[in-house]
Amino acid sequence: MNGLGANPATGRITLAHGSGGSAMHGLIRELFHKYFSNDILNKGDDAARLETHEGRLAFTTDSYVVSPLFFKGGNIGKLAVCGTVNDLSCLGARPLYLSCGFIIEEGFFLNELEEIVRTMAGTAAECGVKIVTGDTKVVQKGAADGIFINTSGIGVIPDNVDVSGHYALPGDKVIITGTVGEHGCAVMLGRENLGMESPVESDCAPLWEMVQKLFDRTGLVHVMRDPTRGGLATTLNEIAEQSGVCIKLYEEAIPVRDEVRGVCGLLGLDPLYIANEGKMIIIAPEHYASDVVKILNGHKYGKAACIIGEVLEEPEGRVFMHTFAGGTRILDMLSGEQLPRIC
Amino acid sequence: MNNSNYIDEFHNSGAASAIVAALGRYDGRKLNIMEVCGTHTMSIFRHGIRELLPESVNLISGPGCPVCVTPVSFMDLAVLLAREKDVIIATFGDLLRVPGSLTSLAEEKADGADIRIVYSPLDALKTARGNPEKRVVFLSVGFETTTPVIALAVLKAYEENLPNFSILAANKTMPEALKILAADSGSRIDGFLYPGHVSAVTGTQFYRELAEAYRVPGVVAGFEPLDILHGIYTLTRLCSEDGNSVVNEYSRVVREQGNPIALEKMKEVFEPCSAIWRGLGKIEGSGLGVREKYGRFDARRVFGLVETAGKEPKGCICGEVLKGKATPDKCGLFGKTCTPESPAGACMVSSEGTCAAYFRYNKGVII
Repeated sequence: MNGLGANPATGRITLAHGSGGSAMHGLIRELFHKYFSNDILNKGDDAARLETHEGRLAFTTDSYVVSPLFFKGGNIGKLAVCGTVNDLSCLGARPLYLSCGFIIEEGFFLNELEEIVRTMAGTAAECGVKIVTGDTKVVQKGAADGIFINTSGIGVIPDNVDVSGHYALPGDKVIITGTVGEHGCAVMLGRENLGMESPVESDCAPLWEMVQKLFDRTGLVHVMRDPTRGGLATTLNEIAEQSGVCIKLYEEAIPVRDEVRGVCGLLGLDPLYIANEGKMIIIAPEHYASDVVKILNGHKYGKAACIIGEVLEEPEGRVFMHTFAGGTRILDMLSGEQLPRIC
Repeated sequence: MNNSNYIDEFHNSGAASAIVAALGRYDGRKLNIMEVCGTHTMSIFRHGIRELLPESVNLISGPGCPVCVTPVSFMDLAVLLAREKDVIIATFGDLLRVPGSLTSLAEEKADGADIRIVYSPLDALKTARGNPEKRVVFLSVGFETTTPVIALAVLKAYEENLPNFSILAANKTMPEALKILAADSGSRIDGFLYPGHVSAVTGTQFYRELAEAYRVPGVVAGFEPLDILHGIYTLTRLCSEDGNSVVNEYSRVVREQGNPIALEKMKEVFEPCSAIWRGLGKIEGSGLGVREKYGRFDARRVFGLVETAGKEPKGCICGEVLKGKATPDKCGLFGKTCTPESPAGACMVSSEGTCAAYFRYNKGVII
């Protein structure tokens, strides 16, 4: 990569890349603009000039500090685009524009940065979203864990769409768009170097294209939320509390891959509390629920979608589960971090 | 052998209903069954098994959670070591948030102490090899399931002549504690659900001796819901009969003679000694100390440590809970000043502690 001002011997980021001078401009031109290229970004102004759109705006932000940076099924860049796109999708908003801020540790390898940026560009293209503005900072060695990324996103909510965590009603069905527990497992296996061989991959994926099909038809879905940190159980607790309802799940109905069960069984973890990055919880009225599942099943990211429970009136704010054995288990919010057992 | 993965079969809800129905037909005397193992406690709550049992069958949680029975004084020693500048503490995750007299390892970590979570004691060896200028201390806690691998780590360190590795041992064995529980007339235990994985190492001979001596039957059970339900069902039958039978229902993992190789490694490195069990007090012959031959891997010797009696939190009834004489909801601190986020006692923070299980899965709410 010429003109990047990088140390030619090692191809690493230096403090010069964040100083505002020619090295930084070289990096922006040869890396970010090259991969993220679009008419708005290419203008090179301090802010992005955006066209107005019909409908209400949705706006969200997220920072990504995952370790390791590269894991089975993705990398921090893919996460940074999917996470923000999916947050917009949860509101039924068509994702339009992303901003992207990088904080890079001095000494970071340029070829790894390029891989991350390339992945971000590919993922953005998959969901038709443009990265229109950004920022780059470089900090001294030790002041960041390799690279931190922040993305903010703007989307537009069509008129016939109104979803919120407050809208779950007794009688509604609870749907998950696929198998749970994969992303957190993949990251933990990658980070901890457990000497375990496992086919578990992160499920990281942009979901707008899939959920948009729900609104194409009738827009009757009540709640959509992606069960990221804290997992399915924690996210359902948030919804139960917001909507003032009770949620009942059926353990037999919750789809979990065998390899995830295996890893969790070995480490003493619970798949219901592990992060997902390519799944959506959808709460829909009873009469519409099977149609929702059918629509989701027709998309590559929703093949394992199914109904896993229902909304009850009380006890308010509680989530519980009917177990395999026929008993009842209360699913509380995750407290602290899941720690693997001693024996 | 067809496509059996030994998991799905034991999660079969049809079979579970059949066993629950059979249990429902129990019409004998009231029974107190003690499940000794922390993993059983968790599994019972996780699958909602308690509510499936008839009124006359009462499940008591016993002291089989190695973290819960580790005395406060041990955590204080761990904290002392963690504060040494050249020491790296390697520990199982469970111990991180257990409160000592004044502080916990998690708080020390936030303060800058080098404390690393490991999944296996062999990882602690790796840390020692990779950090020759530091002294690595592995917090050695566990029953017979875990102790053999810890022994293996010490043997490897001995082979390699590793100068900077040691273990702070608080390992325990079950037999002496079980004797005390069986003999205690205050808590009338009619039968034991024995720990599947401990038994895989120890074998079942001791349970049969206990059953003979104290006429308390037992079932060795695995951890899937069907294992536990069927184990309890079998116990109701055994309790109505002679009263000195032991049945191994975890035969897919447990052999009558246990695992001789694991036992041999344990005996090579450790010797029996007295041990303090939180809540049960001192029990002779229930602890494991590092033998003289491996003395340079014993952190107590290496650092010249003297154990002082730790301060138990006021109002904490972990001891009564561990003996099965009280349930967590009877504790004045439960759910108020003692929660998983801010635990007062070890029974709350350990992933297998009875109080943690009650809180996480039950919170006293009846659905």
